[in-house]
Amino acid sequence: MELLEHLGKEVLRDSGLPTPQGAVARTSQDALQAATQCGGPVVVKSQIPAGKRGKAGAIRFASSPEEARVAAEDLLGSTVSGFIVGAVLIEEQVDISRELYAAVLNDAGTKGPLVLFSTEGGMDIEEVNAVSPELILRQAVDIRQGFTVQDASQLLASAEVELDAHLRDDVAWALAKLYEVYVDVDADLVEVNPLVLTANGNVRALDCKLSLDPGARPRQQDRFARAETSMPPAGTELEQQARHEGFLFIELDGDVAVLANGAGLTMTTLDSVAHYGGRAANFLEIGGDAYTKATPALRLVLSNPRVKSLLVNFCGAFARTDVMTEGVVAAIEELRPDIPISVTIHGTGEERAIQLVEERLGLTPHDLMDDAVEEAVQAASEASR
Amino acid sequence: MIVKGTDGVLVQGITGTQGQFWSERMKECGTRIVAGVSPGKGGREVGGVPVYSSVHDAAAEHDIAVSVLFVPPLAAKSAALEALQAGVSNVVVLTEHVPYHDIMEVLAEAEDRGARVLGPNTAGLVVPGEASVGIMPGFASNIFQPGSVGIVSRSGSLGTLMALHVVRAGQGQSAFLGIGGDPILGTTITDAVRILDRDPRTDVIVIVGEIGGSMEEDAAEHIASIDKPVIAFIAGRSAPAGKRMGHAGALVTGNRGSGRSKVEALTEAGAHVVEVPTQIGDVLRGRARVRGSDEPPRSRRDVRPAHDAEGAPAVPKTDNHPSHLGAPPAHSG
Repeated sequence: MELLEHLGKEVLRDSGLPTPQGAVARTSQDALQAATQCGGPVVVKSQIPAGKRGKAGAIRFASSPEEARVAAEDLLGSTVSGFIVGAVLIEEQVDISRELYAAVLNDAGTKGPLVLFSTEGGMDIEEVNAVSPELILRQAVDIRQGFTVQDASQLLASAEVELDAHLRDDVAWALAKLYEVYVDVDADLVEVNPLVLTANGNVRALDCKLSLDPGARPRQQDRFARAETSMPPAGTELEQQARHEGFLFIELDGDVAVLANGAGLTMTTLDSVAHYGGRAANFLEIGGDAYTKATPALRLVLSNPRVKSLLVNFCGAFARTDVMTEGVVAAIEELRPDIPISVTIHGTGEERAIQLVEERLGLTPHDLMDDAVEEAVQAASEASR
Repeated sequence: MIVKGTDGVLVQGITGTQGQFWSERMKECGTRIVAGVSPGKGGREVGGVPVYSSVHDAAAEHDIAVSVLFVPPLAAKSAALEALQAGVSNVVVLTEHVPYHDIMEVLAEAEDRGARVLGPNTAGLVVPGEASVGIMPGFASNIFQPGSVGIVSRSGSLGTLMALHVVRAGQGQSAFLGIGGDPILGTTITDAVRILDRDPRTDVIVIVGEIGGSMEEDAAEHIASIDKPVIAFIAGRSAPAGKRMGHAGALVTGNRGSGRSKVEALTEAGAHVVEVPTQIGDVLRGRARVRGSDEPPRSRRDVRPAHDAEGAPAVPKTDNHPSHLGAPPAHSG
């Protein structure tokens, strides 16, 4: 779960890592007030969970409070990268002498935390990585040992980092702080780009991307609650409704509705629909909860007006297909969708599952997934004619 | 890890509903469950299996080759550490939603001790005719049969489907290794391929991967150097572009992670990448042509070219489902 910049910066400040002085504004009047308080030129930054805000025009510079008000008025309510801007962060402009890059993240390769640092901050770090990967320092960390100021100093000393000795200490301190934040909040990623050195020689986090591990939600409840209430709504109406009902649902532009269990199998079902020349209408994963959630899940899938056929694909390992099928059969009986339905079922509990479909829906599940997919694709294409 | 029927298996969390149910299923597959652990419940028996209050106590009485965890997410770290510290050298973590920082601690401990962790968020492993450790339908004879095909899969449900098609092709599995759907895993695809490459009973390796992360690309670098033929399937190639982890995440994997990148890397390394799960049967039947074949064995149907969305990285991740769809991958279904 990604935090908006201002919430991420709040976490940084709580740990002692300074950020520019500023305030969040949800109206242009608030923006005016915040800019007045800052006193000098300010930056007006749209609070959306998306990158490349500068390129998208979602970050504006204002030399007076009135300019800040106008910028905020312009940005608030506008749509940037699919998000409606509900808040802007008004921050003092900082006199920058160096722009650095710093991050800590979960790294699959080393199976542990990875600290990243570069003197080439402020720009597209992927670009830096593609062109001159040697400019990015990487340090794998044993999470049991942690990453201290000494470790950070060693990392900075290990390469030709062009930094004055006293600045090097400050940067090492900031890196260790960043690691501390990463541990404290159960982050997947904490990234500051740029981490700047001001003309006065101070360290400031000018931006913050902080992403929390959903698995750690039980021990980070307050942070998740705040992150969620501040997050601007995203996605289609149906997707928002689905999220509310606890489903992972993605609306696609096709006409074959897909119900499958397990993310891997669901993706494969979508791929197969594409393979046989069709277009899926949705990604929706239902798993072991299908028994109780089948009706809302099916209702969701069918409320997409483009849907012309329904494809059900269950393959049971841990999840029992008979239990899932029971739920879906009941849902179909209740909702009585007026579209062709193709079914294929394999794995744990398949005999009873197939029997259920045959007896209560009068349908014969396909033995081969491909046949079910082809049938559903064809039915949708015929209905569209 | 490839379990044998003679290996002693410990079930941590054996007194829970799932622990009890799956202990019975595992036994049906021939698994030698020698003990269970449930804190504070030592001295009982579950289905004839003695229960201990700690792994330490169980290990004092039994030879334990593998421990499998049926414990809640926030208890997984201490349970896994307990097993490792008691000297168990193979730990299977089935639990989904284990905090990543917790699992990283477990993996660091395992690394120090030279132990192997499978998972988390895995359906487990099956060695047909020998044992099943986890929540795979190892007891289903239409899905698992002894044979020489070694399968490594990120997903349980899709892995099951692939296993089924292996059996339908008249073959069987030397091992099914469910590695798990989380982004941070004890056993990666590369690790699992190494295990299967060393396994004398495995003749063919099947990789069931999916979009997100770069495990498939990493594995491609390794399979280029092995002799056993490799067949691969990548799920999610038609998935629309979605969220990704941000610059730092993308930085580590570079531009890798899309279905196209995985298929290209695996194909270049000499793997035969199939388009739909059923094709695996066709490839297995015509195995002589698996490697270095210009003309892949034809499917029984006229197969159209894949609709691989251009560089499509992902379907987004949700909170209750650290999806293995997206760049921050996860959950095995």
